[in-house]
Parts: sequence; structure tokens; C-alpha cells
Amino acid sequence: MIVTMITQAIRFGVVFLYGSTGEILIEKSGHLNLGIPGIMCLGGVGGCLGAYWAHRTGLPPAVVVLIAVLAAMLVGGLGGLLYGVFTITMRCNQNVTGLALTTFGAGVLGFWGTQMGDKEIFFAPASRYAFTPSLFFGNKTPDNWFATIFLSHGVLVYLGIVFAILVYLVLKYTRTGLSLRAVGENPAAADAAGIPVIRHKYVACVLGAAIAGVGGAFYLLDCTRGSLEYVIDAMGWLAVALVIFSLWRPNISIFGSFIFGFLYILPRYIEGVGLAEKELLKVVPYAVTAIILIVISFFNKKETQPPAALGLPYFREDR
Amino acid sequence: MKTNARHVREPLIHLTRRMNVPTWFAWAVRVGAFAISMLVCCLVSCLLSDKVNPGFFFKYLFEGAFGSGMLIMSLLRDTAMYLLLALAVTPCFEMRYWNIGGEGQAMMGALGCALVIVLTTGRLPVWGTIVLSLAAALLLAVLWAVIPALFKAKWNTNETLLTLMFNYIAICLGGFLIKKVAPMGTGILNFESGTLASLIGSDAVKSIVIIATAVVVTVVMFVYQKYSKHGYEISVVGQAPNTARYIGINTRKVIVRTLLLCGLLGGIAGFLLVSVKDASFLSDSTAESTVAGRGFTAVLISWLAHFNPLAMALTSLLVVFITRGANQVGNMARLGNSYAGMMVGIFFFFIIATEFFINFKIRFRSHADAIRGGEETK
Repeated sequence: MIVTMITQAIRFGVVFLYGSTGEILIEKSGHLNLGIPGIMCLGGVGGCLGAYWAHRTGLPPAVVVLIAVLAAMLVGGLGGLLYGVFTITMRCNQNVTGLALTTFGAGVLGFWGTQMGDKEIFFAPASRYAFTPSLFFGNKTPDNWFATIFLSHGVLVYLGIVFAILVYLVLKYTRTGLSLRAVGENPAAADAAGIPVIRHKYVACVLGAAIAGVGGAFYLLDCTRGSLEYVIDAMGWLAVALVIFSLWRPNISIFGSFIFGFLYILPRYIEGVGLAEKELLKVVPYAVTAIILIVISFFNKKETQPPAALGLPYFREDR
Repeated sequence: MKTNARHVREPLIHLTRRMNVPTWFAWAVRVGAFAISMLVCCLVSCLLSDKVNPGFFFKYLFEGAFGSGMLIMSLLRDTAMYLLLALAVTPCFEMRYWNIGGEGQAMMGALGCALVIVLTTGRLPVWGTIVLSLAAALLLAVLWAVIPALFKAKWNTNETLLTLMFNYIAICLGGFLIKKVAPMGTGILNFESGTLASLIGSDAVKSIVIIATAVVVTVVMFVYQKYSKHGYEISVVGQAPNTARYIGINTRKVIVRTLLLCGLLGGIAGFLLVSVKDASFLSDSTAESTVAGRGFTAVLISWLAHFNPLAMALTSLLVVFITRGANQVGNMARLGNSYAGMMVGIFFFFIIATEFFINFKIRFRSHADAIRGGEETK
């Protein structure tokens, strides 16, 4: 059972990983995007529509998954672009825009869910390609614990980890990453140094949202095995929490996502505990995140702080 | 550094900040944005469903909101609820303290209220239960508002993220209470007695109680913001923290005191929701709870109304109008429950965008500018 638990924890954790990787990229550019839950909902809709369309057209499995990912990135990225236009070009309040985007995205997912049944759009057959262990084993069932835990997932699990590692490497080791971090810390100084601030912010917001969008699609195609559930926005908020939990570092959030995933599925597996206590377990990820937030402010080390210009609009002509 | 010898062209669009925006202009932009948002909602709905045409859309939009005396009453009641929650977050926003925990504070208020009702019903007279439940609601909501404030004041903890986490902790605690009381129940606690609603009975009177509370709180908060020394201190701390320090305002004290007030208002809202409006307690997720995401919407309302109580009342009314109207359109065209949320989202985007058109002036690069610019560089 412990093997099943760990496997499931990794799988559910990847939803948070997609969301938090995207959000880290966005926050590093100085934008607190509370629209991530909405963007994940939008990405879920896009990914499922893409998978449905590709499967109906009779494309090979790998292409179906690829199109699902691209569609999720496209729709999620459009959500990010909308957020970017409002908060970067139009300098509107980031919290307010994000919350509106979440309202909108959750509405779109719910609406699409009811329409899907009416119009007979079923993406469950297509989702099979996403969750079958296609990468190393073909359709064979893995026979030892190592293979079950690490190699039995659908391809999107590995893609999520690849995205996180890529974002980590870009942020830490490339010139672009350095520029992006500078923009998030002090946009005026970055601007004076000749870094195109607006362009960096746009790229981060759109790419981050695209990555987060895949998270929504992954949840619907892989975790639920193609049945529609409306809990994506709750998972989106956990992804935002994971960003803080991992101290704005995608490499830590790979492990963090596993812990969050474990806590998320834990109530389903433990026995001999009342329903109320299981309910209380749901508090743990949020409570731990709150404590981490307090602890990092207590030590006040520069390395563990949120980006300094997080949440502040940048207008060059302001003093 | 690489030298950039390429001729840099003037950007096509140039933004400048407007100073001294006339009030009529700001309102004209907002009314225009509202009208356009309604047209866009109508257009989107027409595209999404064959059943909807513009006549259908506007007929049911207004019918759903203003169709009967009872509907108007509940429209006003819901408006009052939003207004209360928006007022509860406004003082901290004026202080530039981004409390997005209105949801959690109201939720804790509701939780406190429900807890007392569960514990004391049958053991105390109804009035005793009501008074105690109000006290518990206020206490828990204040606690939920003041804890992040203390950390902010002492260690400058990021309050946006901390209050966000507190929202979810509150919802989980609510779920815990429900499962503890009724492990096999439907997930919702219904209160037959021990609530103000059980004494009142009539829906109209319940609505009037909520509306009256909102009106009183609005007036009090307006006076507090505008004419009290506390209100003045709040705006100084928000607009010029350094000035506040120089003139001897104790910023920490102001933060904690203001959040105490916000917590009180959140507690009142939570109490009204449980004890007057619903006579029940639900806490499953953000959407499926007693507060039902109103705390988040209240953040939007407060911000969009520029913290002006009258404008907040108007914005709340518009939000409720669209929600209820769109619900009716959705029901008639079988578009499902989430359709209204989508429409509210569209409305918000347009109202948020007004900020930009009010605060910034857009100038396009004209030929004349280009020539003038060229001469200056010579």
C-alpha cells in the first residue's frame, strides 16, 4: 500500500508542481498572479478540448498528448496574456486582476463542464494516452517497487518535472534568468541597466501561465483519468502556497510538490481515524506554508524573501 | 557592454499619468465600461448558445434581478452582505495593507457563531445563545485578522500571502467542526433554533435586519474614515509611511488597531450569514461554504470603488445584479450554474480596466511629434 501511496502522491503532486513552476516564473518578474487557479481551469478546458479533437481525428497517441499539452499551454497562455495586459501595460492592481481571472476561469470550467455533456464531447477515451505508462514500459505493468514509483507514470508527470528543472536552470544560470530576477527585485534599476523590463514581464507572465495551464489539463487527463472534477481552483491555491513553501525555487518545489501531494491524498488512505480528523489533515499544507512565511520573515535573509517588487506596478515615469 | 548604434524609434503609444482627474470624467469612463461589459456579456452569451438573443438576454437579466418584490428584497440583502464584507477590508487597504483574508475572517466569524449554537442550544435560552454566538463570531474573526497583522507589524511578514493561507485554514477548520458534529451528515449544519432567524421567521424581516446593519456600519465607517483621528492616521500610514514616522504615529499600533476593526466587521458579517440569512453552516471549499467566495469578491468591490462607501454600495449592487440576472438567463437557456460566474468575471475585467483609462492618458505617436522629436535630438 505504501508504494501505491507514494506513486499517487507523486502523481497528484505534479499538479501542484505545474502550477507552482508557472507561478514562480511569474512572481520572479514581480507579479503576484492570484489568477493561477483560474488559469489552471482554463488550461484544463483547453487541454481536454485539444485531446478530444486530436483523438477524434484519429491521430497517433503521442500526437494526441502533444496536442493536448500545446492546447493547454495556448489557452493558459492566453489567460496569462490577459493578466499581463491588465497588470503590465495597464498597471492595474495585481491582486484584483488575479482574483477576477480566477472567478472567470472557474466559471469557464464549470460552464464548459455542463455544456460538454449536452454536446457529447467526451475526452475520457483520449485521456488514456496521457495516463498509461507510455514512457519506459509500453503497456506492461511494472513488476517491482522502484519501477512502480518512478517509471509507471504517464508522460505528463515527467514533463512537469522537466519544466521545473528547466525553469530552475534558466533562473539560476542564464543571463535571461538573471535579468528576470533583476526585474522582479528592482525594475527601475533593471531598466536603467538596459534590460527590457516590459518584455521580460510579458514573457514571464505568458510562459508561466502556459506552464500552469498544463497543470489543469494534467489533472483532468491523468489524475482523474478523464472524468471532470471542479476542484482545480482549490488545487491552484495549493500551488500558490507551494511557491512560498519552496521559497521561490523550482528545484525545491519538486520535493515540495511531493509532500503536498502526499498530504493531499493521505486522508484517503489512513484508516481508523474519524472523518473529522481527516478533514483537519487538509489544514496541514496551508498551516505549514503560513509558518514558513512567518519564519522566513523572522530571519529576514535576503535569499529567502519574496521578490522585492512583488505586487508593485512599474511605470517608468513615476518617481 | 555592446553599444547600440541602431536608431531608436519613438514608441507608437506613449502613456502619461493624468493629474487631477475630473470626477465627471472618471464616472463617465465607469458608466461607459459597465455598458460595454453588458454588451460583451450579451454577445458572448449569444455566441455560446443558440437559445440566447439580445432581447432574451436583457429580458431575463432584468427579470432575474428585479422581477418581483421578493427578488428586489433579496437583491438588496445580497448587496448589503457584499457591502459589509467590502467595508471590512477597506480600512486596511487604505493603509496599503493587502488583507485579502476577508473571506477567512468572515468564515471564522461564521465558525464561531456555529460553534456556540452547537454547544449551547437547549442549555441556554435563545437570547443567550444569540448573544454568545455574536461574541464568539467577533472574537474568532478578530483573532483571524489580528494574527497576520501582528506578524506584519513586528517582522514585516508578507500579509497578502499570509492572509491568503488563513482563508484556507479557516475553511478547513469549518469542515472539521461540521464533521465533528455530524460525521454522517450531508456536510451542512442546519440550525432549527438558537439563531436570530428562528426568532424572526419572515424572510423580509431577515433581509431588513441585514440591510439595516449594513447601512449603520456604512455610516459609522464613513464618519470614522473621514472625520476621526484614527481615520486620518490610517491614510497617513498608507500614503506616506515615512511621514507617519516623522510625525510620531506608531505605525505598528495603527496596523494592529485597524485590523482589529476589520476583524470586528468580518465577525458581524459571519454572524449575519449564519444566524440571520442562512440559519446553517457550510464549509467544504471556497465556493461551497457559508461565505461562498464573497470575501474575495469584496476585495474587488472595495478596490474598484476606491474605498468610497457610496461607490462600494453601487459596485456591490451591480455585482449582485449581474450574478442574479445572469443566473436567470442561465436557467432559462440551460447554461448551468457556472455561467453567471463567467459573466461576473467579464464584468470585473471591464471595471478593472477603467482604472487605466482614468489614471493614464494615451497618446499615439503622430507625424508632427516624430519631426519635433527629430529636431530636438539635433
